[in-house]
Amino acid sequence: MSKRVPKERYEKTRSYRFKQWLAGTKDPFLDNVEMKPQKEIHEPEKLVHEHELQHLQIVEKAYDLEHNAQIRLFQKLYNVFSVIFCLSLVFILLVGVSYLPQYGREDNPVNNEVSARYIEQGLQETGAVNIVTGMILDYRAFDTLGESHVLFLATCTVLILLRKDKKKKQETAEYNDRIYEPKNDVILQTVARVLVPFIEIFGIYVILGGHLGPGGGFSGGAICGAGLILYLNAFGFVKTERFFTGKTYKCMCFGALACYSLAKTYSFFTGANHIESVIPLGTPGAILSSGLILILDICVGFVVAGTMYTFYVMFRKGGY
Amino acid sequence: MKMEFVHNLPLFCIILTLFSGPCSMILSAKKARILNLFVITAVGVMSLLVLLQVCISGGYYVYMMGHFPAPWGNEIRVGPLEAFMALFFCIVMLLSMVGGAAQRKLKLAESKENLYYVMVNLLLSSLIALIYTNDLFTAYVFVEINTISACGMIMIKQNGHTLEAATRYMIMSLLGSGLLLLGICFLYGLTGHLLMSNIKESVAVMAAAGTYHAPLMVAVGLMCVGLAIKSALFPFHSWLPDAYGYSLVSSAAILSSLVSKGYIFLLIKIFYRVIGFDIICNSKIINIFFVFGIAGMMFGSISAAKELNIRRMIAFSSVAQIGYIYMGFGLGTTLGVLASIYHILSHAATKSLLFVSASGLSESSGRKKELVKLTGAGYRNPLAGIAFTVGALSMIGFPLFSGFISKILFAQAAVNQAEKMLPTLIALALSTILNVIYFMRAVLTIYTPQKGALATDESGYVRIRMGEDPGKSVVLICFMLLNLVLGLMSQPIVELCSRGLGMFS
Amino acid sequence: MDFGNLFANYQEAAAMILFALGFSNLLLQKNLIKKIIGFNIMDSSVYLFLALKGYIKGHKAAIVVDGIQSVNAYINPIPSGLVLTGIVVSVSVTALMLSLTIRLYHRYHTLDIDQITLEVKKGGY
Repeated sequence: MSKRVPKERYEKTRSYRFKQWLAGTKDPFLDNVEMKPQKEIHEPEKLVHEHELQHLQIVEKAYDLEHNAQIRLFQKLYNVFSVIFCLSLVFILLVGVSYLPQYGREDNPVNNEVSARYIEQGLQETGAVNIVTGMILDYRAFDTLGESHVLFLATCTVLILLRKDKKKKQETAEYNDRIYEPKNDVILQTVARVLVPFIEIFGIYVILGGHLGPGGGFSGGAICGAGLILYLNAFGFVKTERFFTGKTYKCMCFGALACYSLAKTYSFFTGANHIESVIPLGTPGAILSSGLILILDICVGFVVAGTMYTFYVMFRKGGY
Repeated sequence: MKMEFVHNLPLFCIILTLFSGPCSMILSAKKARILNLFVITAVGVMSLLVLLQVCISGGYYVYMMGHFPAPWGNEIRVGPLEAFMALFFCIVMLLSMVGGAAQRKLKLAESKENLYYVMVNLLLSSLIALIYTNDLFTAYVFVEINTISACGMIMIKQNGHTLEAATRYMIMSLLGSGLLLLGICFLYGLTGHLLMSNIKESVAVMAAAGTYHAPLMVAVGLMCVGLAIKSALFPFHSWLPDAYGYSLVSSAAILSSLVSKGYIFLLIKIFYRVIGFDIICNSKIINIFFVFGIAGMMFGSISAAKELNIRRMIAFSSVAQIGYIYMGFGLGTTLGVLASIYHILSHAATKSLLFVSASGLSESSGRKKELVKLTGAGYRNPLAGIAFTVGALSMIGFPLFSGFISKILFAQAAVNQAEKMLPTLIALALSTILNVIYFMRAVLTIYTPQKGALATDESGYVRIRMGEDPGKSVVLICFMLLNLVLGLMSQPIVELCSRGLGMFS
Repeated sequence: MDFGNLFANYQEAAAMILFALGFSNLLLQKNLIKKIIGFNIMDSSVYLFLALKGYIKGHKAAIVVDGIQSVNAYINPIPSGLVLTGIVVSVSVTALMLSLTIRLYHRYHTLDIDQITLEVKKGGY
């Protein structure tokens, strides 16, 4: 039998402190860890006033055209120089174009064995009825892999620039934007209620039909994103955030891009090592055909739809 | 041809770095930091293996990206020069990231730190892809990734300076990529190919037959000018001082030593693998490079001498070094290009050393960046002081260090080129003198003893002992060693580069 | 300069003029929004140029119809793919530029890049 621990000693043990911390009655790190309080950025009114004055001064100095002959001259020269620059660029490019092969002819250098094979054997080799889809997602898939990462990267930069921290949100005007939502516009809501399902279904159709006809991940994703944006405008953030938050976007994007990278690694690896790919191409024309292209289209569609919606949300409000 | 497993590693490098971008987005800042270091190290190790394999087999190989052979599919090409560049870029990037870790922890918001690693990972992927790719349009896509992620790295520290610099950087880059894209389209219209080797065959046929001379020259001019704008050649450098001067240390180091070098490497590939170096040499474009290179050397050095902020001074020195590289292209000989490649290496190793050590110096001086405020900083932070001196000596071209070798190579290349010899040598001499003036002024300032009391609270002066910030100390020592290696054991590296360059054509 | 060929290629010439206009606007305009518009004109002109490269008179879009797989039936599919890639890149870059513009406008209350530079140099807020 173990000895009973006196209360004072028990209070010093870790388990007790942990329990307390769990219960939320005491912070174990209080007074133990050096913590820096967040510095408040508080600009005195005088400073703000000074800044405004400075701003005005700059405007006056730089743009007071009547009293500043030098700047006036510079601006005239600038305009003249711009026109000359533009014309000379036009001239150089036109010289180049004037010696190019005539457009629209079958014997142009562009129409060589590369495009011939895409057209003549694309259906058999990639399984895609749409030759362009077959080309960008199978023959030249490396480009498209980079391209979907460009989209992802652009979202990240927009997030860096426009995402607002949660604490500050309550003071900004954008917060009001959110309070008064939804605006309960009956016409908008009714129309959206009818249109949004159709737009989404059409977007999904375009994504899934990318290998069968005009369409594909990029265009279909853009349509889906537009549908989401319409829904958001009609019903407000409270409703959309039930199913689409920043976290959803992150997971969706990660999943789609991971899937994309894995699929392409498999196809590049087998291709370069001359291993026969085990993915069946299926019957051309059927919805479940053309091997990896359908999966890639779906991935791209997810990324594009999420990106469009995220752009809109960031530009409007700066946060999910 | 039987593929060895090592041959797959460049593909894995690209995919791993691309994939780690979205990964870092969903991870916490701390895990993203670890992932980033892991990815850079892994890519470095893989590049080392590829380099060893390529050196042993003594050739290069072409790796199909997909199931379709050359004119139809996409491919990457791996030779000794490419593998060496990838390895070197990874080393510099790893060191810069570790060297800037402390500052990032201080300056970046926790919620946005992982986005920084997204940028770094994708930047690395685009650099690796630019190095290896054998396809012009793929190169264009990755140039865009490179541009956007570099812009993200500039503006992540959001103050007026960096936002403005990022905007100017984006404008210049967009001009450059527009020209590059139009050039690629022209070339595609003339040849009907996008793979570098196939374009070169068609261009050789065209040059022999004498057809399409004007559009070809326009295409070459568009691509060269586009890449020159993107790599901040002299008249297009307006974004550079602010971008390097006010962004994070790791961003500044990576931007100055790697980002612009990626474009320059692509330009070398275009010279040798797309157009053919003879055609380039016969065109006027290299003379333009020569003139603007020399103008950049002079202007960058003079601006650096006038600058009072140490970070901006180093940034202006970058303008001058880019000028050196383009001057090497302008000589129009393979020796000149070789000197430029060596200068890429030496500048990458030195400039990141200077940025990291300058941040160490200003840390010991209350985070001030003005030269006057750094008086005596070399005593307060001895290691950073030594490192800065080493970097400065290397920039000047002092024997033992890497800058010396590249200047020797430039001079050798110039001697073989009768009509351009005199301007090159004069420019080299003048720019060396200017380098001595401003770098020695900086070194003398940091070693002038501080008058009066050392540690008053207002000045924020602190003494930083060796090993107080172990990561940074190790980084500085590694950078100095890298500089010494490039300076003392240049022979095998130059041989490797020239062998790799020989395989380009 | 081969004027006969230039007039035959008048669409491509138009694309080049648009390119030069967009390029000059991006380089020389002071207003950031106008710069972005210039950038979009420039990129669109490149896509126009590419589309013209792929076009063949009397041929259809590159989607296999009725199982006909002949070079004489369809246009060149490669430029279409390149245009697709290019559009995505320019969308991303436009979003990035616009968000930079928003931030700068919030901070300096102007869209004029030179004025912004002046204020930054003054050690603005």
